[in-house]
This record gives sequence, C-alpha cells and structure tokens, in this order.
Amino acid sequence: MSEPEPDSEARRIAGQARDRVRFEEEALELADQVYRVARRLVGSREEAEDLVQDTYARAFRSWRSYTPGTNMRAWLLRILTNLNIDRGRRVQRSPDMQPLEETDYYLANRVAESQGEQALEQEKVVESLSQDSIVNALSSLSHNFRDVVVLVDIGEFSYADAAQILDVPIGTVMSRLHRGRRQLKQRLAEEATA
Amino acid sequence: MSAADDCEKCEELLQGFLDRELTEAEHELAELHLNGCDYCRRRYTFEASLRRYVKLTAAERMPPGLMAKLVQLRGTDPQAQS
Repeated sequence: MSEPEPDSEARRIAGQARDRVRFEEEALELADQVYRVARRLVGSREEAEDLVQDTYARAFRSWRSYTPGTNMRAWLLRILTNLNIDRGRRVQRSPDMQPLEETDYYLANRVAESQGEQALEQEKVVESLSQDSIVNALSSLSHNFRDVVVLVDIGEFSYADAAQILDVPIGTVMSRLHRGRRQLKQRLAEEATA
Repeated sequence: MSAADDCEKCEELLQGFLDRELTEAEHELAELHLNGCDYCRRRYTFEASLRRYVKLTAAERMPPGLMAKLVQLRGTDPQAQS
C-alpha cells in the first residue's frame, strides 16, 4: 500500500473550492434571466429582488445538490418557484376545473372582426397594446396559470423543463398553458379591438 | 375530412406548433394545412407576433445593485473551508 499523500486532503479541499467558485460564477451569469422570470411571477420589483436574493442564498448553500452539466437555469427556477410558494402563496384548489374559455383564435377573431382579416398580418395591431396592459393581464392570471405562462413565454422553458420546475406532469403544464393563454388573450381583447 | 375539420385540427396544434413542441408528423400536418388556408395562416402569424411582443414587453432587466447583493452571498456554503 502506498504512503497516503500528505497533501491529498488539502488538494481535495482546493478542488472543492474550485468547483464551488465555478458553480457560483455560472449561477451569477444567469441572474438577469432568473430575475426576468421572478419579476413577472410576483407583484413588485422589491418582491422580485427579495425572491432572487433568497434563491441565490439557498443555491449557494446547497450547490452540491446541483448536477454539473444539467440545466442550471431550470435548477435555479425550481428553487425560486418553491420559495415563492413557501412565502405564503396558497396553492389554489382545482383551477383546472374552470371551463375552457373561448378558442385559441379568440383574440385574432376579435381583431379580424373589428379591423378586417388583413390586419392580422400587420405587426402594428399587436404593437398597439400597451406595456401596462400586457403586464396587468399577466399578473391578473391565477398563480397556477401565471407560473406556466411566465416560465414558457418569458423564460422560454420547454414543457418538460416547466414540468420539472413546478413538479407537475407535462400534461398539466400544457393544459394550464392553454387556459392561461386564453385568459390572457381575453384580457387583451378589449384593448386590441378598441 | 372537410376544410372546417382541418381548421379545427390546426387550431388544436397552434400552441404546440408555436412552442416547437409538436411531433414531426403533427408539425407536417399543421404546415400542410397552413400552406393552403389563409384563415389559419393569418391567425398563426398574429399569434406568433403576439408572443414575441409579450415576451419583449414583459421583460424587465435586473435592477442595478442587485448583482452586487448576489455576489455578497457567495461563499456562504456552511461546509466550505476557509
């Protein structure tokens, strides 16, 4: 048996410190993207800042549970959405029992009715919506719907990633996305066709 | 299958199509219909620009100062050796 290297323990510690620093740097590079999602999940800038700080505090403490090479942004968002729920947000009962409103073409049909079929091909119709109305429409969605719409539409996560982040089946992501987007379009319809 | 049935099927595929989550077969089905149907194509165009615009409009950059606060949280791993 070979002599244990006197400095092997020191080397192990140094290796861990390097891994930790690498993890922290990679996580910090994602901060802006994490904030963008957080900002639309909660009502105010202050809340979003708090939530992101709590998320990073927890991530830096439990960096060992992250598997290198996997999707770190999804890993961070999973911490963030869990913290957001822990902060006293009650999970609403059976939101999926609501009837499916209108159709996916609802907003487009309303625009076509009021401004003609050709209007659908003009960017300016969409661009006439104000930032406030979009932000308000998003924040008026119930939490379960808002989570998936924000993760997929703002965070650009795949259905599979969103399902993993929220710990729900992929079919649930798809149906909440469907209903959430329909509600969003209904809320935007008034302004779009005014 | 009538044209109306095709439009209904196309609407069903709208979300997955724009999210790039359709199977190859479903994607082809939607494209085939879109190539021949002005009604659905205009609605897909509209929906695609709406998504782009919502994403652009709802995006808010991280406030200045937050990054510095996050950097301060580094090295708080309780097991980390100093």
